[in-house]
Amino acid sequence: MTADYIVLGPVELALAAGLVVLTGLLALVLRLGVAGRLFIAAVRATAQLAVMALVLKALFEMASPWLTALAVAVMLGFAGREAAARQGHKFAGWWTLGLGTSAMTVAGLLVTLFALTAQIKADPWYDPAYALPLLGMILGNAMNGVSLALDRLSGEVIRERPAIEARLALGHDRWQALAGPVRAAAGAGLIPVVNAMSAMGLVFIPGMMTGQLLAGVPPTQAVRYQLMIVFLIAAGTALGVLAVTLAAAARLTDGRHRLRLDRLRGDTGV
Amino acid sequence: MLEARDLTIRHLGPMRLSVARGVCIALSGPSGAGKSLILRALADLEPNGGTVTLDGIERERFSAPEWRRQVGYLAADAGWWAATVGEHMADTDAARALLPRLHLPDDALAWAVSRLSTGERKRLALVRLLIQAPDFLLLDEPASGLDPEAAGAVDTLVQAHQAAGAGILLVTHDVHQRDHLADRLLTLRDGTLAATTASDTRSRVEAPA
Repeated sequence: MTADYIVLGPVELALAAGLVVLTGLLALVLRLGVAGRLFIAAVRATAQLAVMALVLKALFEMASPWLTALAVAVMLGFAGREAAARQGHKFAGWWTLGLGTSAMTVAGLLVTLFALTAQIKADPWYDPAYALPLLGMILGNAMNGVSLALDRLSGEVIRERPAIEARLALGHDRWQALAGPVRAAAGAGLIPVVNAMSAMGLVFIPGMMTGQLLAGVPPTQAVRYQLMIVFLIAAGTALGVLAVTLAAAARLTDGRHRLRLDRLRGDTGV
Repeated sequence: MLEARDLTIRHLGPMRLSVARGVCIALSGPSGAGKSLILRALADLEPNGGTVTLDGIERERFSAPEWRRQVGYLAADAGWWAATVGEHMADTDAARALLPRLHLPDDALAWAVSRLSTGERKRLALVRLLIQAPDFLLLDEPASGLDPEAAGAVDTLVQAHQAAGAGILLVTHDVHQRDHLADRLLTLRDGTLAATTASDTRSRVEAPA
């Protein structure tokens, strides 16, 4: 297949990198103290993307369901770890990691499978050239939503403990008693996606669409792709946020409708 | 009869205690001994071990919400979850009927929760519980922070519920309230409960005649 997009060679890339070097020199001269960090970040991005390119190339060529599954597992693992690391209040044991990872697994896999079978119709359906970028997009956004929702829920439950226990004491069940925090957590988890969707096309051209436009795809086609991805991202994030919020609310209470802050680590005032 | 046998909560117990209908029992003991913990455990808000029964029926036979509507617990710092007082009341007519008995005006149900004083919060939280007419009342410092007149109104209302057949377990540091309301005294010390008769407590001696 001949490429009908403008091929990027090493020289063009080096010129772009030169801009970063120039910026770094400027930072050095002005003694901003960020030159070192800028340099390291640029080198990291280069190394990470280079490795990713090699891994993706190998995966795409082999198109093995097992290796694709392994890549999916690794992505889910990193997403779970990243979401868990951002929590202000962690659950005792492995629950923070477990809740976040399971919610993202359910949401990411469901939505990606749906897209692969209903819209992309790739052959074979697990074709890593489609499955991995799709999952990556969905997971990256779901991860933000899930970690925000989880963090908000535990914070809110700790802060609202007297109100929650007052409701329980009056005979409300645990879902009634946690209605406020659950709503706040779900809202917090969905804010980034809702904001992004609202500003899209007005304030910024989404990254994926920019890539397609530069690659010579007609704007109307690029927009269709972008919209599909946005809807998938929104659905995946919403699903992940909902799953993690309800599961964490269940974990913070028990079958006898008691608030169980003892299941969080550290000082929660219990 | 509300009865607990072999009750254990965290490091406390095993303890045994029972509250009959129409009887008020005061629970005393040093701060931090776990008095509130006992009330919370009886309301099943705190994980606990042992057998707790209501009129001989084990607690596990009730759903937790059913149990708590019959064994009503009032926390010392009861929380609020909505904007106005009225939104917290399961029955606004019943609530309105109780307001004057606690020296609260008719329009108190329209008040914003964020603007309540400590004393108003305390009394309105009691109203919120009493309108559900629980068979047993677990009251944690129901009159702390109230002026003597309002505290007296709380006592009178609690006594009326007792006379109507409610069993009451009361935690209070107010010696006067304790001696005024309690038929029996229980003391919690070092994780165990002991009965004390009202006449041989120091409080009785110290209380003003």
